[in-house]
Amino acid sequence: MDCLKRMGVGLALWLIASHASATPNGAHLYERHCSACHGVTGQGGVGVPLALPSFLAGADDDFLFKTIRNGRPGRVMPAFVGLSDAEVQAIVQHVRNWSTESQPTLAATAPVKGNPQRGKALYSQHCASCHGANGEGGHGTGVTFSRPRDLPIVPPSLSNPGFLKAASDQMIKEALAKGREGTPMPSFRELGLSEADLDDMVSFIRSLEQTTTAWEPADDQEPYLEAESDYDLETTVENIKRAVVGKNFRLIRIQKLEEGLFPDEEADPNQVIIYFCNFSFVNEALALDPRVGLFMPCRITVVEHEGAVKLMTINPKYLSRLFNNAELDEACERMYDIYAGILEEATL
Amino acid sequence: MKYRHRVMFLLAALALVRPAAAEHLLMVRSPQTFPEAMLALQDAIKHHGYTLARVQRVDIGLTSSGYKTDKYRIVFFAKPEEQRQLTRRYPQLIPFLPLKMTIFAEADDTLVVTADPTKMVELAPDPEVEALFHRWRTDIEAIMDDLRGAEGF
Repeated sequence: MDCLKRMGVGLALWLIASHASATPNGAHLYERHCSACHGVTGQGGVGVPLALPSFLAGADDDFLFKTIRNGRPGRVMPAFVGLSDAEVQAIVQHVRNWSTESQPTLAATAPVKGNPQRGKALYSQHCASCHGANGEGGHGTGVTFSRPRDLPIVPPSLSNPGFLKAASDQMIKEALAKGREGTPMPSFRELGLSEADLDDMVSFIRSLEQTTTAWEPADDQEPYLEAESDYDLETTVENIKRAVVGKNFRLIRIQKLEEGLFPDEEADPNQVIIYFCNFSFVNEALALDPRVGLFMPCRITVVEHEGAVKLMTINPKYLSRLFNNAELDEACERMYDIYAGILEEATL
Repeated sequence: MKYRHRVMFLLAALALVRPAAAEHLLMVRSPQTFPEAMLALQDAIKHHGYTLARVQRVDIGLTSSGYKTDKYRIVFFAKPEEQRQLTRRYPQLIPFLPLKMTIFAEADDTLVVTADPTKMVELAPDPEVEALFHRWRTDIEAIMDDLRGAEGF
């Protein structure tokens, strides 16, 4: 027993010590947490291209740190709240190493003072066509090489609380002044805008902090939707098929829940899945976020247990929170209505 | 024996002392092209003791309907007996099972994404089931690790 006790304590101390003293490996952390979206070498994809020289020349370490820590609420990039400061710093250093130059030193650190009203007019004229009328950013967050893409990058949301928290006034001004080579973002200094014009635009962008409401995930608390059917299982399945077609969806397949997991004769016949799809809707959803395959195909499961027949399906509004994508919320709201309609029609 | 339980509990707790992922989705980028990554994913799923239930070819449906897309599939998998026991005890989990991974081409790489199964615990607040979900998550992470270094897998 003593031996076991010593072993346990020794192992516990070793685990604590190794956890506490380990130096974070930025490359490893980047690979695990960032590379799926931003690419192994920062080339971009679902996320923005981080290795772009013009981006690294304008983004200081503080911006990168705060971006990782706070994310972009509602714009796919999550907040990495579980990483320690040292781990976030290690990722920042790994990203910084893609540039041959050290982090940018901004000419000034003081807040920019300009005329936001005048800046708004300049913004509408020069920025709104890409960044949105109110700085909401380009549509289709989640650019991916798997879908047709018109731009090498989705214009970022300038009103996003995560962006405004991370970006200093001087960083925004530098971006406006120099542009981002390799993206459609031009240099407004080269286009002839004055220092005062740039200050006014920065002041307007900063003022969006006061007018923009931070995105919050939908507060629907029901992970799944269900309905009871007065019909037997077979009739209920037929009712669902009719309701699905009536909603302009195509039936994909009908199978037992356990199909492919047990030999057919052993699979429970009282758990039946009806899969269906509307490819126009799928195409639209994938343009918003290429990860939405987790919702696909649409599905309702009919379960008969002790004489009672139930219809069950996921609640898209509940699951939407997993994606941190405000635009996807609207599609999930529509999908919720479709599911609710099918459940109602099939059980009338 | 009682002491052994305490040691085991301590070790289990320490094993969980790792940075909690902020993400609700588990994602990995495989350096392989889609056909190679697809094979590697199916092999990894089987290698970790799961049964492949079926594959949904979303890209085929999209292209036959006139939409442009690169390869995009959904892979369904489970441990049959575990799923059966779970759905009998907790039917509310049925809409979320079998487990699935979405796999799609991303230029010359391939992305794989799935939901963190531990998020299902609020549907079945039971320590035994919670431990099962944590094991599923560990297995999924191991599958993803296999894909991350797929060339050597």
